[in-house]
Amino acid sequence: MCDTCGCNITDGNRHLVTGNGKFSRVDSGTSAVSVLKGLLSENDHQAAHNREHFDRRGILAINLMSSPGSGKTALLEATIDALSKRYGIAVIEGDLETENDAERIRAKGVRAVQIATGTACHLDAHMVHDAVHQLDLDGINIVFIENVGNLVCPASFDLGQHRNVALLSVTEGDDKPAKYPVMFRAADAMVLSKIDLLPVMDDFDPARAERCLRDLASRAPVLPVAARKQMDIDAWLSWLEQEVVTHRERLASGQTIRPAIQPDGMRLHGAG
Amino acid sequence: MHELSVCQGMLSQVSTIAAEHAARTVSSITVRIGPLSGVEPALLAQAFPIASAGTVASGAELHIETLPVRVYCETCGEETDAAVNRLLCGSCGDYHTRLISGDELLLASVELDAETQSAH
Repeated sequence: MCDTCGCNITDGNRHLVTGNGKFSRVDSGTSAVSVLKGLLSENDHQAAHNREHFDRRGILAINLMSSPGSGKTALLEATIDALSKRYGIAVIEGDLETENDAERIRAKGVRAVQIATGTACHLDAHMVHDAVHQLDLDGINIVFIENVGNLVCPASFDLGQHRNVALLSVTEGDDKPAKYPVMFRAADAMVLSKIDLLPVMDDFDPARAERCLRDLASRAPVLPVAARKQMDIDAWLSWLEQEVVTHRERLASGQTIRPAIQPDGMRLHGAG
Repeated sequence: MHELSVCQGMLSQVSTIAAEHAARTVSSITVRIGPLSGVEPALLAQAFPIASAGTVASGAELHIETLPVRVYCETCGEETDAAVNRLLCGSCGDYHTRLISGDELLLASVELDAETQSAH
């Protein structure tokens, strides 16, 4: 969308644009500038650049989000064990402090960069850009971005990924999608992790977790996994491999994709 | 508390706009926020004086317009109000809906005080 020719003015936002054009006078010496841009447009601009960077190299980028301790790194370790012979995998790790997660990934023989956010509760596109430039992407097919463990803030920042995955572990509570709708609405797939613990977590009902997700008008698949000791991550691997194939086809036809849930209201109300 | 980051992103845009229009100060900023944007209006309002201190928008008024959550049902074609964690069709109850309002995070307009005042 451009701001010069007025093509971002739609029936939905016309009432916001008072006066003639974007520079309408309100009183002497004061001028009102109508903007209608996303509040995070600088982040979104960087995110688009990151996505182009991945696309030029034919890489699928996946953003993993969840609360702390729901098993993101364990899922990545199991995924690397299962797929690293067939796919080049690299990982960007986000935490407030420590290099621990990147070290766990490197121990599997996979390239990993740790972003220590300090006090920041989420990754943003600029942090990911810096991390990408520290990663050798030669021969890489999939980049996983493991976001800061947090069910709130990471959902609001586009990083340049193609797909969002939200993990919900059975030790957390099956109503999490209802409690954190912004996060779970953004998920292209919901991984139900630690299902090997279901026998002792008898108050967690997987069907209820899925119902809470559907209440958010989400059609995302629910993928049950038990990642530790490689017990069962087949549903996740099938989804992931299908995404790799679909992304290759997409790139071959000159297209890319952003995570399924984009701010529809923003699009409808004029922001690019 | 990512509202501080959001606020800084907003102020960066506002500063650019002010510079483009050779404005001396910014008197007000209007944003439009939907409940599903992940940004809490009250926290954004709290972050604003801290983030704007020393910028061209220091002392500006921040107007936050909140938008309703509305969905369009692909099954029955109705548009209805919805709750943030229940985005089902208010008419037929189906979950095949599309959000048509409620996740906005928009900088709507900025009011500038011009540096050099023209006749009109």
